[in-house]
Amino acid sequence: MSDVLAVVDHRQGALRDVSFELLSAGRDLADATGGDLFVAVVNGPTAAFADEVDREGVDAIYTVDAGEEFDHDVYAGAAVHLVETLEPRILLAPNSVNGIDYLPAVATRLDWPLVTDAVGLELEGETLVATREHYGGKVEATLEVALDGGVAVTIRAGEWPAATGEGAASVEDVAFDLEESANRSRVLGFEAVAGGDVDIAEADVLVSVGRGIEDEENLELIEELAEALGATVSASRPVVDAGWLPKNRQVGQSGKVVTPDVYIAIGISGAVQHVAGMKGAKTIVAINTDPNAPIMDIADYAIHDDLFDVVPALIEQFE
Amino acid sequence: MNVLVTVTEGATVDDEFRIDGLAIDDGSLTTDLNEWDEYALETAVRLAEADLVDEVVTVTIGPEDCEGTIRQVLAKGADRAIRVWDDALERSEMLDVGAKTALLAAVVETEEPDLVLTGVQSADEGFMATGVSLAAAVDYGWAAVVNALEVDPDERIARVRRELEGGVEERTEVDLPAVLTIQTGINEPRYASLRGIRMAQRKELAVRSLADLGLEASAVESRLRLRELAEPESESEARVLEGSSEEAAAELATVLREQGVGR
Repeated sequence: MSDVLAVVDHRQGALRDVSFELLSAGRDLADATGGDLFVAVVNGPTAAFADEVDREGVDAIYTVDAGEEFDHDVYAGAAVHLVETLEPRILLAPNSVNGIDYLPAVATRLDWPLVTDAVGLELEGETLVATREHYGGKVEATLEVALDGGVAVTIRAGEWPAATGEGAASVEDVAFDLEESANRSRVLGFEAVAGGDVDIAEADVLVSVGRGIEDEENLELIEELAEALGATVSASRPVVDAGWLPKNRQVGQSGKVVTPDVYIAIGISGAVQHVAGMKGAKTIVAINTDPNAPIMDIADYAIHDDLFDVVPALIEQFE
Repeated sequence: MNVLVTVTEGATVDDEFRIDGLAIDDGSLTTDLNEWDEYALETAVRLAEADLVDEVVTVTIGPEDCEGTIRQVLAKGADRAIRVWDDALERSEMLDVGAKTALLAAVVETEEPDLVLTGVQSADEGFMATGVSLAAAVDYGWAAVVNALEVDPDERIARVRRELEGGVEERTEVDLPAVLTIQTGINEPRYASLRGIRMAQRKELAVRSLADLGLEASAVESRLRLRELAEPESESEARVLEGSSEEAAAELATVLREQGVGR
């Protein structure tokens, strides 16, 4: 029997969706061993959050109230404290920017092995079997790790269903002393990335360009196509990182989430961070030389060909 | 102030690739300086150019094959490099976060850098964890997914922005010594100059074994084991538009017009 401790994620007064998916992943693992699912809520409006995460399958909720927002020193300290008192053998957190900002430290302090960004988890007796994506989603890796003393895991958003139903969990407020010496950073505040003149989230048709465009001067071709289609130009991360388009044009996890009628992905491989920002588009078109690119998994229409041949031909069709 | 940059030789798979047991066939891999580490290196070199840092040292875990990549890093402005390798590492099919942490922690303990910069992730396995894990092991402060950095050597503080999801950034200050994981886009990494490439040949590239670092083989044994590598089943239900580029484009134009585009 192994208990599972899941630490949920929230920001600016709201629990993040992945937190509810985390409950499902945790419940599945607890069921496999006949153990309990413990859920920890650290900081924020803990009472309200405890109420929200009390879904079917949650056995006990522990709240730690030591501030409003995420603070990795508090999270790491709280997770270690809860593991030491509750003795779960599986510690779960979302693979969010905040999840990866503290769970690796917890694993190291507990001397537990760490699996990040899992897309599948199974228990085979005393072995945890995790599925991950390597090489930007082009290879699926199956890893195994002995449960032994315990294993820390972060899970990818969107891979488990959100937990539903009303729970009947106990709620306990936990106080622990965070050593002053452990407090080495201070969160000063949040800022939204500058908006700019164009809001890609408002566009009905997006012509989106990725690494395949190769060079800044080739962007002209994409702009010409957008013009011909009456569309707006957006981009995946590498194009914005290179400074060829401003940050407000970036589609994806760290950029904007868009849901246009038509999304034309040109030279975009479809890394998970990008897909998270555009999978809600009604119709997705992918133009890419690589027929195995992950973008093909969500495309409705695909052209497996060189964008430098296809795009000029497409412009011609609309002139 | 000294900076240690962790540098990985990353691999990307070609469009067509072959899986050979628990590895990707060499012929379908392209190795290069890991993309995220390029930005970490550039961050360090710029700090040195601004006279905020005295020495930029890099550390790479890897066999002799990756010395070409390390010379590239020296050519771009690192002062000296350390390569960690051992026969014991040769035999393991994967190094998990714990194993990498043990190796890098031993290097941090000898070098005692004020700042350690790592890339957010590697392009191949993408665990995104080594930097924060290392910070805990050597008892440094840390910040993950940093896309802006200001170092104040007098106050011994790093002021950073962390790139959160959904276009939100967090402003945080971290006491030094610290480990920061650097996100792509924080700067524009340079190309090596011819002069840099010439100078790189004369820079120190030290090789350290487990014994040199005072580590037992058991300390770097991976607890994660690779069971299988597979090409994911395509879930694609896309209608593939075939034919020449012109034919495919014409067909796509029809599809787009049906959706009301360009009318």
